[in-house]
Amino acid sequence: MGDAEIIPIGTRGKPGRGTGSSKPSSSARKLAPGPKRRRSPQPAAPADEAVVRSDSESPPVPAPRAPGHAATGDVTGDVTGDVAGDVTGELAGAGERDHRHPERGIPAVDWIAGFTAAAIEVFGDNWEPRLASFLAFLRRRLTGDYAVDDYGFDAEITQRFFLTAIRPVAEKWFRVEVRGAENIPATGGALMVSNHSGTIPMDGLMTGLAVHDHAHRFLRPLGADLVFRLPVVSELARKGGVTLACNDDAERMLRSGEIVGVWPEGFKGIGKPYSERYKLQRFGRGGFVSAAIRTGVPIIPTSVVGAEEIYPLVGNIPSLARLLGLPYLPITPFFPLLGPLGLVPLPSKWIIEFGEPIRTDAYDGGSAEDPMLVFNVTDQVRETIQQTLYSLLIQRQSVFG
Amino acid sequence: MGRVVLVTGVGRDLGRRFARQLAADAAVERVIGVDISPPRGDLGEVSFARADIRNPIIAKVIMREQVDTVVHMSVLPPAAAAPGVSAKEINVIGTMQLLAACQQSPDLEHFVLKSSTAVYGSSSRDPAMFSEDMDARRVGAVGFVKDLNEVEGYVRGFARRRPDVRVTTLRTASVIGPGLNTPLAAYFRLPAIPTVLGFDPRTQFLDDTDLLDVIEHATLRDVAGTFNVAGDGILMLSQAIRRLGRPALPMPSFAMASLGTVMRQARLADFSREQIAFLTYGRGVDTTRMREVLGFEPSRTTAEAFARFAESLEPGVLGERRVRAVETTLHEALGGARARAAALTSAVPGLREGAHDG
Repeated sequence: MGDAEIIPIGTRGKPGRGTGSSKPSSSARKLAPGPKRRRSPQPAAPADEAVVRSDSESPPVPAPRAPGHAATGDVTGDVTGDVAGDVTGELAGAGERDHRHPERGIPAVDWIAGFTAAAIEVFGDNWEPRLASFLAFLRRRLTGDYAVDDYGFDAEITQRFFLTAIRPVAEKWFRVEVRGAENIPATGGALMVSNHSGTIPMDGLMTGLAVHDHAHRFLRPLGADLVFRLPVVSELARKGGVTLACNDDAERMLRSGEIVGVWPEGFKGIGKPYSERYKLQRFGRGGFVSAAIRTGVPIIPTSVVGAEEIYPLVGNIPSLARLLGLPYLPITPFFPLLGPLGLVPLPSKWIIEFGEPIRTDAYDGGSAEDPMLVFNVTDQVRETIQQTLYSLLIQRQSVFG
Repeated sequence: MGRVVLVTGVGRDLGRRFARQLAADAAVERVIGVDISPPRGDLGEVSFARADIRNPIIAKVIMREQVDTVVHMSVLPPAAAAPGVSAKEINVIGTMQLLAACQQSPDLEHFVLKSSTAVYGSSSRDPAMFSEDMDARRVGAVGFVKDLNEVEGYVRGFARRRPDVRVTTLRTASVIGPGLNTPLAAYFRLPAIPTVLGFDPRTQFLDDTDLLDVIEHATLRDVAGTFNVAGDGILMLSQAIRRLGRPALPMPSFAMASLGTVMRQARLADFSREQIAFLTYGRGVDTTRMREVLGFEPSRTTAEAFARFAESLEPGVLGERRVRAVETTLHEALGGARARAAALTSAVPGLREGAHDG
């Protein structure tokens, strides 16, 4: 381009100190060779000629190849189309305008062509309907035109955003291997009971993804009340389908035919030291078993191998944790030593095995009140998971294998 | 002989409208409205007695008029109460006096209390849906939650002492409707709506016409007990704000409390402690009993009630029409670009041929 201007650094292309005033400051005027000075020797006649010529031709063809145009650049289209009289004055004005808003020089058609190319790049060949549906999705989200269920679960955002975001982590980072997915019932309620580990509940996310991708159903996890006390976490948890771990909610969900996930070890499991890895902690008070018996849904013992190694917990600061109202404050070999970098989980190899369902529909509702029966079923579930964990550990070649 | 109904809290718009609606019913002979302040609108056939329910006069009114039904509607959150009088005075002491007067009356047969789902409070330990047999999870509740629990406790005590009187308690969700001036409506009328950062509470709404209908239903049908009343479905607060097209203004919970003080002093909106707790944790109630035992079906769902309210407001800067317009423009611009590109590619060979000819 002949009119490549010298743009003072750090002013976003505007003269002066970027105050937005149309006049450059005196120092800027001194520094920058003004467009006028370079343009004033331009003879007006050739430009005039060009105008006349372009007028005689059909309008859409841009008036090209005129000698004067080398200097006037992009804006000539406007200039030639406009008054032909005071060309030099017009040019100077246009030059200044161009200088302040470089994007004005790019015609709208080029912008659209750019967008189109970008859309093809992002959405593939079949981009137009997909872009339309994407825009409609954005509009619906912006205007609140979507539905959530009684628990605040937003299926659309979970499927299109949360699960999509963690899928690469599951596939590429943890290389999650799913076994026994046929044990997840295709319809009706079920209670998925799993071991808990990993300092942060990553195993819950991965199990949820496995259930969605292999059984095409949503896992509805039960979370501790801490989840609903923490800002941001609480908001995301409700949208992702989590509800409070209490019998009322669990039974309500099971009755409405959802797959409910429960991690009965709770904080004792997730915050246990690395030296105790794969040793199941106490399974609460068996509340989950009585919920399953009352609603007559099967219990699916689920064993997750690999989550123990993502953040090996080697220490804890109980006093600071108490101060912050948290159940534990983890120290791993990399956190807080490496700061935010220490938050990257180690790429252990994961195996999730869904065990054979344990039926509870043979018991009548009153059995839920029988403590002996509840303890027995709890122990059965716990033993099944523990044995599966050991056999999976033997099968796994190495931690990062 | 028709029923003689005493309605408290007719000074407020909802109370006045209910009294009128009830007076129009064939089964009702007389409706007597009671409040400290006179109603702003027309009471129609309702006779108005300007009396304080904390005053023994109320007992005389009940006796003399041979009232057989009392509908207690003046248990109100602090912001909606008359200025200068403590809300607790009116709510708790007023209910006590009213019940004492009712207990004396031999003619009384029905007592209906309009309570609120606020009785459950809001906390991180709440179940997703409260049913009628559950209590507020946070012990040592304060403010309006405590008042409501005490009021309901007194009413339960009254039901025990007078087993011959049918007592019905309606716990209604946030009432919303066009032109209604509740603290929640004032909140949604703010140009930018403050929310608690990192929390998105679940809310339920009840259309104002449904509120009047359900109280009338409970007054005239002989169903005793406690019932949650709410429109079907749940709206997240963020969703509701988006449907209004207004920008949300997330701020940390500690800032919310001080903002609340400023807002209350400026009389803009109510941000009491229980309101902030509600805006943080939200609340949902189970309405199975309303349907199956009370036999009432709200005409509008939560979303429909809110939509009706939203229509009465001017759409905000992010209103649906505007967003739709942007979507259409974008889509047409991009779709149009493809059509133009196709036209260009077909036109270009022609141009070249022309050049060859030349």
